[in-house]
Amino acid sequence: MVASPTSQDSSTDPALINIDDLGFSYNQGKTETIQGVSLHCPEKQVTAFIGPSGCGKSTLLRCINRMNDLVETSKITRGSINIMGQDINAPDVDAIELRKQVGMVFQKYNPFPKSIYENVAYGLRIQGIKNKSTLDEAVERALKGAALWDEVKDRLKDSALGLSGGQQQRLCIARTTAVSPKVILMDEPCSALDPIATAKVEELISELRRDFTIVIVTHSMQQASRISDNTAFFYLGELVEYGDTNKIFSNPSVKQTEDYISGRFG
Amino acid sequence: MRESINPPLTPSCNPFQKKKGWFQRKEMLGINLLRLATYIIIACALFIFSDIFIKGVPTLVKSEAPFINTEFFTESPQILTVWHDSAGNEYSMTQEKHDIWVIENPTIEVIDIHNYTASGGGILGPLLGTALLVTICMAIALFIGVSAAIYLSEYCGTGKLMSLIRLAILNLAGVPSIVYALFGWGVFCYMAPNYVTEISDRSLFAFSIGGGYISFEGWEQSLLAGGCTLAIMVLPVIITACEESLRAVPKGFREAAFALGATRWQTIRTAVLPYALPGVLTASVLGITRVAGETAPIMLTAAASDKSKLPTEVLADEGFWSFLTQSVQALPFHIYTLAKFPDSEYVKPMQYGSILVFLLLVMGFSLISMVLRSRIRKRNKW
Ligand SMILES: Nc1ncnc2c1ncn2[C@@H]1O[C@H](COP(=O)(O)OP(=O)(O)O)[C@@H](O)[C@H]1O
Ligand SMILES: [Mg+2]
Repeated sequence: MVASPTSQDSSTDPALINIDDLGFSYNQGKTETIQGVSLHCPEKQVTAFIGPSGCGKSTLLRCINRMNDLVETSKITRGSINIMGQDINAPDVDAIELRKQVGMVFQKYNPFPKSIYENVAYGLRIQGIKNKSTLDEAVERALKGAALWDEVKDRLKDSALGLSGGQQQRLCIARTTAVSPKVILMDEPCSALDPIATAKVEELISELRRDFTIVIVTHSMQQASRISDNTAFFYLGELVEYGDTNKIFSNPSVKQTEDYISGRFG
Repeated sequence: MRESINPPLTPSCNPFQKKKGWFQRKEMLGINLLRLATYIIIACALFIFSDIFIKGVPTLVKSEAPFINTEFFTESPQILTVWHDSAGNEYSMTQEKHDIWVIENPTIEVIDIHNYTASGGGILGPLLGTALLVTICMAIALFIGVSAAIYLSEYCGTGKLMSLIRLAILNLAGVPSIVYALFGWGVFCYMAPNYVTEISDRSLFAFSIGGGYISFEGWEQSLLAGGCTLAIMVLPVIITACEESLRAVPKGFREAAFALGATRWQTIRTAVLPYALPGVLTASVLGITRVAGETAPIMLTAAASDKSKLPTEVLADEGFWSFLTQSVQALPFHIYTLAKFPDSEYVKPMQYGSILVFLLLVMGFSLISMVLRSRIRKRNKW
């Protein structure tokens, strides 16, 4: 049930993220949650991960910025992930440095209970940047980039928790972009939002696509078809099919994908 | 056709009629027993508090302005001298004041003079002693406790070692205070390292350094020994409470910080600790309530039943190390000392006054921790 090689070659853009036969386990290798997944995410495109819940989409996403390192018993059982040609699990790779280049936006928006300004400036502050004008500039740029500037520019000192859910999630996106990563990983960023806030975030994602390579997990097939360039369909820890979003949704080559997309299971 | 299970109601009889049988009576009896038990608790509490309050308040207040018996809070326990003049008037003053009075009133005849230990003056010495003991204890306990809690909840995983440490902490919390007291007595009073110019006979081990020696001969009964002993006693409470408040910080904060390229320590310092701080604060106030009331450890490791110099005077006269290694009076131990004196109408006000102040202090701290906790609950919206 591995994706056919032809569907992988659908994109001609150079791949920024190359996942090669990746196996991942949460329990020291006793069972594999990700079983031999190979795919590539082209630069400055949106790649969507879809599949029934529990199939390992979030897990794979968290492999890309090594967030799974935080789970003590986790282990890469085989294969590799290369970002910009570098194997990110090589011993001389610092996960801290990696995460500065590969940011992440979470399912439940999680701004710190600080001011709006401090939330966006957080990533720069922990990198030791103290210069006020540098920070001001970066915060403004990030908030503008997240289409939030006009809504919050008069209350940058107010608590971020006073914002609406959609605004909080866009603030989290701004917080991520403020450190200028190469890649932004998003784990169901709209699942806690109402349809209008969702539309705004989707719009934002198509904007961000110009500057960032985006990998997004979504449970909504419509969302995947609306915003992504490539779609990967997972089932039980395996990649069933991967390719151009239009092709996957209009003419999937695997029966299982077709069943899932048409809502016959999952 | 089958007959209906529910026959139509006959309006003449009340279907919900109260039944009177032994079963109902047994139920009533049970409820009343429970009620009685509850009332007994309330009665006990009321009796204790009102007794202390009624007998203690006259010591703390005065009929004229400022309505508070300032002497009780600004002077240390002293000998009370009671005497009569030839006209039968009774006088009572601290011994010192009596001596001055005699010089100032040479014409009045002093007859029937009695001295009563610790029945004059106030409780400044014990109050200061308790405050210092609690401060030193909390400084040590918070430093060690918060560090340990951070390590346990953020760094140390969930392995076998972890459960062993947990078990140890849990067990520490159950150790009776007299055991801590004896432990502190043995370790801090007789074994702790001290900087001396002359090695004492009981020194376990010593080496020379600079002009003097580091000698493991202990700090005797002292502020430092008492503070350390209390700190060890309160550690389990602090660690457990701190760990809880650290765990209560949402996982999302940690993940967000990590995902932005924060190191583990940066994450803890900027995305976890600030939000756990209110909980840590509550825990420490709770800890204060616990250690302030402890008597056994203080008795063995720190306390002097009688002391002429205030701890602050020792600091001014003899320096910091003498300050730390002096023995101090402490409020709970002072109450115990007072209670052992032969009953007299003169020591009674001191006993009840001291107990009332002590009770109010401990209740005050409990109240603060309760208010803090409910405030935090309300404020945390994440
Ligand atoms: N931290 C973890 N430790 C152990 N197992 C986990 C952990 N996170 C997820 N899993 C398991 O891994 C599988 C895949 O989960 P996940 O990647 O979250 O799925 P998805 O995001 O596709 O819904 C699930 O069976 C889940 O129970
Ligand atoms: Mg998920």
